[in-house]
Amino acid sequence: MNLLTQTKNTWCPGCTNFGILAAFKGAIEDLVKNNEIKTEEVVVGSGIGCHGKISDYLNLNSFCGLHGRIVPVLSGAKIANPNLKVIAFEGDGDAYAEGIEHLVHAAKRNIDLTLIVHDNQTFALTTGQFTPTSPKGFKGKSTPEGSPEEPFNPLFLMLSAGATFIARSYALEVKKTQEIIKEAIRHKGFSFIEIIQPCLSLNDTRDHYQKRIYWLNESRQKDNIDFAFEKIREWNDKVPLGIFYQINKKTYGDFN
Amino acid sequence: MTHVASTVLIGGQAGDGAKEAGINLGKLLATAGQEVFVSVDYPSVIKGGHIFSRISFSKEKIFSDYKKIDLLIAFNNESISFHQKELKKDGVIFDESCLPMTQITKEINAPAITRTSVALGATCYYFNLEIENLEKIFKEAFGEKAEINIKLAKKGYQYLKTKNFKQKPRRLKGSGLRPKASEKKKILIDGNQALALGLIKAGLNVYFAYPMTPATSILHFLAKKEKELGLKVVQPENEIAVINMAIGAAYTGQKVAVGTSGGGFDLMQEAMSLAGMAEIPLVIAVSQRPGPSTGVPTYTSQSDLRSTRFSGHGEFPRILLAPGDPEEAYLLGAQALNLAWEYQAPVIVLLDKHLSESLMTSFFDSSKIKIENGKIAHNPKDYKRFETTSDGISPMAFPGMKNVVVKATSYEHDEQGITTEDSQIIKEMQEKRFKKLQLLLKEQKSKETVKVYGDKKSKNIIVSWGSTKGAVLEAMKYLKKSVKFIQPLYLEPLDAEKIKNHFKGAKKIIDIEGNLTGQLASLIREKTGIEIENKILKYDSRPFEPIELAKKINELLS
Ligand SMILES: Cc1ncc(C[n+]2csc(CCOP(=O)(O)OP(=O)(O)O)c2C)c(N)n1
Ligand code: SF4
Repeated sequence: MNLLTQTKNTWCPGCTNFGILAAFKGAIEDLVKNNEIKTEEVVVGSGIGCHGKISDYLNLNSFCGLHGRIVPVLSGAKIANPNLKVIAFEGDGDAYAEGIEHLVHAAKRNIDLTLIVHDNQTFALTTGQFTPTSPKGFKGKSTPEGSPEEPFNPLFLMLSAGATFIARSYALEVKKTQEIIKEAIRHKGFSFIEIIQPCLSLNDTRDHYQKRIYWLNESRQKDNIDFAFEKIREWNDKVPLGIFYQINKKTYGDFN
Repeated sequence: MTHVASTVLIGGQAGDGAKEAGINLGKLLATAGQEVFVSVDYPSVIKGGHIFSRISFSKEKIFSDYKKIDLLIAFNNESISFHQKELKKDGVIFDESCLPMTQITKEINAPAITRTSVALGATCYYFNLEIENLEKIFKEAFGEKAEINIKLAKKGYQYLKTKNFKQKPRRLKGSGLRPKASEKKKILIDGNQALALGLIKAGLNVYFAYPMTPATSILHFLAKKEKELGLKVVQPENEIAVINMAIGAAYTGQKVAVGTSGGGFDLMQEAMSLAGMAEIPLVIAVSQRPGPSTGVPTYTSQSDLRSTRFSGHGEFPRILLAPGDPEEAYLLGAQALNLAWEYQAPVIVLLDKHLSESLMTSFFDSSKIKIENGKIAHNPKDYKRFETTSDGISPMAFPGMKNVVVKATSYEHDEQGITTEDSQIIKEMQEKRFKKLQLLLKEQKSKETVKVYGDKKSKNIIVSWGSTKGAVLEAMKYLKKSVKFIQPLYLEPLDAEKIKNHFKGAKKIIDIEGNLTGQLASLIREKTGIEIENKILKYDSRPFEPIELAKKINELLS
């Protein structure tokens, strides 16, 4: 089984998206080897942006949709054929700017879908403007004097919206990311993984994050919403990674 | 002019039950073998306001309701002040003063709304209709509460009879009141339900919609049928989600439709173009109401022909069908789903409030509907979703099939579905998609893409589309000169050859449509080079009225 296509990869050399691609490929290989999923039942989808090219690189059923709209496309696929395993890749521009309403509603519905956000805190493919997660003062081409807007916290939003699996990872931590992706795909319901994905060409945040990231204790109970709220709000000096929250809840369309 | 039809108008406040009473009366008349047309006129309010239903009926097939009324049933004063002037010379009014509906209802402690049944009972007496037929209709409409309504209807009937109220002289009486056993089974149904039944007949699996008048009742009707038919009916967060979900569902091989009105369709534009690029089979029902913008939500219009024809950026083939009555909505609804799958393209069915929400006695010929699945790949080797073929149509495979990878994308792509910027491939793919249109144009030759009515030899030609066809057909009953009436059902691609042939030797061509800019006329000019100078256009949000329309046509033909 070769999970990669022959397509020439056009990400910048060293782009941290390669880390996410490797982690995802590893996760699918593990799950297939373990008979947990079948490759033909996997459908990946992506938005528009650097991250979106991942559809071309994966030798799996795929749908590269419109900017910000892949969550409804894969929701429709899942509703139509509940046997499918649907996994969406979006950029932070895709997920949090253009198509944010779909995230909130997918979480609220608890549809059985995994969403992986490549958060590089910039619109990369359009050459570096601020996004909803760029820090205040972000100097991009559309905000030469610095962005006037405060960023928002997507995990906090997802928790309020009713997501039943919420995690954060770091694109350069491939092994850990792979494990989190596996857990997210295994999870029945809406699973959300935000991956900090430094853009080496336009927003290289590696130094900033490498000093601050740490992993949450994995063996703890994950259904504690107070703990999740507290950890999700930790952001400036320390940046926690791992699964913040996971609960079991009926999924959309599963009313038996 | 002698009217070929009788008309009853039932008016009241929202909450008075004027609409339901109109539909029940329509059913009663249909049961009695009449051809019936019921329109409902209501403002965008939940309580209060003035609502009326208008029921025209005749022994002959009838395609529109009429303004001049034989019987006015008034549940509020506005009904009288607004509609008294529309009474025919011998027209009568049932209001509380001549028929104490409220008092009769109170006598048996029935809820206020049931006074409509007193009125319907009295109507049976007035038109000499068999009141027994009402029982069945009430049982269907009211379930357990039917008893009380039946009782009240009988009281209404008896009240007029006791008073020896003058009955309608008998054009209606006798044989006309009973359907002959040999007659086809007709139902009284509106355009939205007809469309939904057509979609179901053609194999619909999933329906997505966000509520928007006048398309909402498709959603309601299908939602009610969800369990019975094993359908999935989904109400997503907005129209952008609606169409993207529908595209995702169709990508997995399920037959999908969505429904909306102009504003919601505007939100779908980008994904409409995606459906074109990714060659997704998808039916989009667009029921028009007057715009621009929110416009007049509960009234009618034919002003979105242009915006649907040109919807979505870039160039891609799409199909646009325009039924004019429930029978056509049923057949074209089914055809739309078939065409979507045969041509792997978005198909729009254009309706409007007057078609969507008016009821008409109709016969659905399901033998005319065959399910088409299009080209499906069976056990393909090295599957390519966008494989080049001679007719431009690539075999479809779906996720879940073994040894197959199905790639779809919004980017221009190669045969496999991988993004491309290669100029040669880009050109070939664009041509591949448009080849499908060539095929369709060829296959159209054997399809009924244009309907023709009236005197086929006449040199006076009327062209119209959608629900306005109804008023035109009625108006033709009052014309002083013969006309040939042409109604294109396929607006995209328009069968220009057929239209040109019909126009050959024409002395006068009249375009009739419900918009200000003559959108069908400009489509015809674009595709045939023929400029239609005589136009009768209506853009006051109300449908054409047959007698008024006949007058205008007669003027143009004189
Ligand atoms: C409707 C629409 N608006 C704008 C664009 C242009 N556009 C392409 S990619 C992009 C931003 C991508 O940013 P992000 O989603 O963060 O992805 P990244 O490139 O950073 O991976 C934009 C605005 C588009 N394709 N579609
Ligand atoms: S611009 Fe940034 S995100 Fe895009 S490929 Fe280059 S490094 Fe990666």
